[in-house]
Amino acid sequence: MTRRGVGLLAVVATVAAGLLCGCSPLQPWVKPYEREHLADPIMSFDPNPVSDTYLDHVFEVREGARGATGSVGGGCGCN
Amino acid sequence: MRPRTVTAALFALTAASHAAVLPDDRADLLWHDWDGGGVTVQGPSILVRKSVTDSLSLAANYYVDMISSASVDVLSTASPYKETRKQGSLSADYLHGNTTYSLGYIESKEPDYVAKTGFFSISESMFGDLTTVSFGYTRGWDRVGEDLHQNGLVSTVWVGDADHRNWQASLSQILTRNLLLGVNFETDESDGYLQSPYRSARYVNPEGLVQTEPQVTPNTRTGNAGSLQLKYYLPWHAALDGNYRLYHDTWGILAHTVGAGYTQPVSTDWTLRGSVRYYRQNAATFYSDLFPFEDSQNFMSRDRELAQFHDLTLGVGASWLFHPGWPRWIEKGTLNLSYNRLHIAYDDFHNWLVGGPPGGVPLYAYDASVTQFFISFWY
Repeated sequence: MTRRGVGLLAVVATVAAGLLCGCSPLQPWVKPYEREHLADPIMSFDPNPVSDTYLDHVFEVREGARGATGSVGGGCGCN
Repeated sequence: MRPRTVTAALFALTAASHAAVLPDDRADLLWHDWDGGGVTVQGPSILVRKSVTDSLSLAANYYVDMISSASVDVLSTASPYKETRKQGSLSADYLHGNTTYSLGYIESKEPDYVAKTGFFSISESMFGDLTTVSFGYTRGWDRVGEDLHQNGLVSTVWVGDADHRNWQASLSQILTRNLLLGVNFETDESDGYLQSPYRSARYVNPEGLVQTEPQVTPNTRTGNAGSLQLKYYLPWHAALDGNYRLYHDTWGILAHTVGAGYTQPVSTDWTLRGSVRYYRQNAATFYSDLFPFEDSQNFMSRDRELAQFHDLTLGVGASWLFHPGWPRWIEKGTLNLSYNRLHIAYDDFHNWLVGGPPGGVPLYAYDASVTQFFISFWY
């Protein structure tokens, strides 16, 4: 087998291995016991909902843009 | 007076969630204060959230804005005013397996503006709680009025209605043991009376003098927003976060928002935070500070929220954690103080109160202080 053929075979084998791996159930790559840092309150995107909502309100009434601030359910009576 | 936001985000599922659990049982009592641009806004916000069963959590919020306004817009076309906006809301979160269903209703009232908003969202935690996907829908109905002042009496004339439909999708993803990602998309569609009855357009009359006429904006508006958030845990027990948002709408506004924050616990009880936020937008296609002549366009506006401008916000905050011995059902509490300093500078909105010939009037800019003091309890 030529060197080019070996290279092609390696690529095919790698792709096939990847596809086979893809057929197995997706495993969490960060195990629950590895989430100590993520569970720390300082890692919350929204640690103080009342305060964060108020600041969103401050900007929304003074700026043209709105939405996609990380919260689902943001209604708006403004225009 | 001018339309204001009714935000349902208090009760929202946030991109920060990374497990199918109900929100914490907590109560927050906040006092807010805005002072800038000739406007002061103060008031309380009270949020109480309680689980009534293992799978159902209820929340109620009451929010007040007490406004005293002598802004540049008010002084140029009307008299300073004071008014109060009150907002109340109720919501429920129901957890079933890895899915959380949320439902809520908000009502906001001020003398010349009434907004009613309902929202629903569904959130699913998957891949061993590595990923949370949320979808939401919000529907709003607004009634817009105008206060008329005659002989010392104020009467309100209702000038129109506005409808809002809003769709949201968000993804929260654990990337590594130290890194979180949030991705959010939102589409907002509004129709009806979408302008402020108090704002005017300025034009130059044939004699070369500046005069005003009522502004006219389109009666439909569709906006799309997408954002990315990242939060990283630093080895010395601190957190670094960053976010970017892109917004575009059919009125021609394109806006960028960039923010970053740093959270540092300095003891078991004290946590400090600093943040910076930068925002920039271009003007709506029908915005002009001074139109060349009367009725020069179908749509004309000098609403400065539609002008080209940028703002920069620097914020600091401190939080103190305590464990009260009484009453015993309170697990912990925090006392919090935050201060934000905001600078807004307009590129095409001039301060006509200063006076001067067209072309010689300075651009408008102002600074504002935003202070919050709040106490939170978990039980």
